Amino acid sequence: MALLKVLAFAVLMGATVAAQSQTYGVGRTPTAEEIRAWDISIGPSGEELPPGRGTVREGAQLYLTKGCAGCHGASGLEGKAPILKSKNGANPDVWARGRILPIRAPFATTVWDYINRGMPLGREGTLTADEVYAITAYLLFINDVIREDEVLDAKTLPHVKMPIGNNYASLPDWKPRTPRLKGYPH
Amino acid sequence: MRSKRPDRRGFLKSGAALAGGLTFGATAPASAQTPASGQAHHSPPMIKEGKDEIAYGDRSKHVTSVRIAHGGRPSPDQWGLTFHIAAPLQDSVGVITPSSLHYIGTTRGSFLPDIDPREHRLMIHGLVDRPLTFTMDELKRLPSVTRIHFIECAGNRSSRRAKNVQETHGMTSCAEWTGVLLSTLLRECGLKSGATWFVAEGSEEVKGASSMPIAKAMDDCIIAYGMNGEAVRPQQGFPLRLMVPGFEGIFHTKWLRRIKIVDRYYMNYNDYGHLDRDPKVAALDYQIGPKSVITFPSGGQQLPGRGFYEISGLAWSGGGAIKLVEVSTDGGKRWNKAEIKGTAQRMAHARFGYMWNWDGQPTELLSRCTDEIGQVQPSRAQIAKYWNRPFDATFSVPGLDNSIQPWRIASDGSVTNGFA
Repeated sequence: MALLKVLAFAVLMGATVAAQSQTYGVGRTPTAEEIRAWDISIGPSGEELPPGRGTVREGAQLYLTKGCAGCHGASGLEGKAPILKSKNGANPDVWARGRILPIRAPFATTVWDYINRGMPLGREGTLTADEVYAITAYLLFINDVIREDEVLDAKTLPHVKMPIGNNYASLPDWKPRTPRLKGYPH
Repeated sequence: MRSKRPDRRGFLKSGAALAGGLTFGATAPASAQTPASGQAHHSPPMIKEGKDEIAYGDRSKHVTSVRIAHGGRPSPDQWGLTFHIAAPLQDSVGVITPSSLHYIGTTRGSFLPDIDPREHRLMIHGLVDRPLTFTMDELKRLPSVTRIHFIECAGNRSSRRAKNVQETHGMTSCAEWTGVLLSTLLRECGLKSGATWFVAEGSEEVKGASSMPIAKAMDDCIIAYGMNGEAVRPQQGFPLRLMVPGFEGIFHTKWLRRIKIVDRYYMNYNDYGHLDRDPKVAALDYQIGPKSVITFPSGGQQLPGRGFYEISGLAWSGGGAIKLVEVSTDGGKRWNKAEIKGTAQRMAHARFGYMWNWDGQPTELLSRCTDEIGQVQPSRAQIAKYWNRPFDATFSVPGLDNSIQPWRIASDGSVTNGFA
């Protein structure tokens, strides 16, 4: 009886603690599978990358068969959509090579993330993980970021050394009610 | 009896005319019944209202102000994507942009998703104690806020080629937004230590995503379902839009479906677009600086002649509320305090006015504003000096351009872009 009372008290306390930490109790807890299915944000560490692999050669094929060439041009230069290969690829100043995703992105995961979420136009989300790895590999290869024989997967992709390195400004440490840039311009 | 009735009608009609120019009853030739007041009893043609107009009203057919494609890329474009659309600020009154005229920006061009709100979910997950998903009905049960905020696209900059204020400044608008504070939802989920950034993601085909500091989330971000008294429009993110008051437009994630709490800048596609070489430029790329523009008289408009005009314009800042607006009617030699209409809200357009008697001489009109944290809108010459660059025709303002816009008044009353 005494034990039951203590138990009941503990349950009550537990309920109180839960109620305090979640003020309104509105909303539902998603399952781990639901989160996995929705979570397409691939951070620089690549921890969210799905299993799969792709080669430069497979990517070259997919670039044609998936319609990439239709908008971006057969070589990534002559399409109506943004170019995918630098016209100035030999320039030692990476910033001078142009705003080309597979060159200027500081992490290869950024390239993977964008192809996966945003391509091909009108059929977004239809590429398999293998296909995204392969097209990423191909775009990095045509910009001399990786070698032709490299294979990209969840392990290797985050370690690709991007040409821009750390050669970009760190992000502003934003604080509320603070000028965006002290002393600008008066 | 019968002979008296026309007299009574005549009396009623003249009374109405005195009260406000209204007429009722049958219209007779004005000359026959116009009383001593001398006012013509002219009735305008009537608008025949159909069911559609009764259900959801239209503006007058005589009001023809419309949005235009911005920056030379048509919308819809060759793929059917909506890109950048500018609001007709030259016709604006007050501070609220009607939802139908609110500017549109999309991250790379977008097809507008047609979302069934009953199916829509917002998921919050990542570095939280309790990941949660919310239906629209659940979000509407939570404590709400209603606030007026502007949004401005980072590409909103004047150029020598721009003819009018729609082309120079039309990529900003201001609306009343209603929704739940993001901080309310994040407290429900419980932030874990190390939660320093968040990624917001839309439901459109490109799933546009941006990384933002968690300090902003806890300060004033709104998960908005209401806009100008009704549901957020599809072009603005129906059924949910993330409002990030004072930050560049791209952060205001439309068709919001997911917020992920993370421990670092995630460098997804929209973030990559914000990369800069110079930290000073990077600092100018998040929070919008103090900015104002005169909307009347502005480029392409015509003053009928010398005499009185109320100069009118808009001022806003990502740093807070507008504290002061000044107008110069002599090309910047003297600055005069303008009147702010009503109470300026934080991160909202403020309407200002300045009484001006034009003497008919050519001149230049300018406006500049100061916000509540003391930031002052600069001229392009001041910005060029800051960057140690010559101020000539090739000078382009780094980061978001908040420089002073000059409007030139010619002696014939025509108004043109002072940068041209």
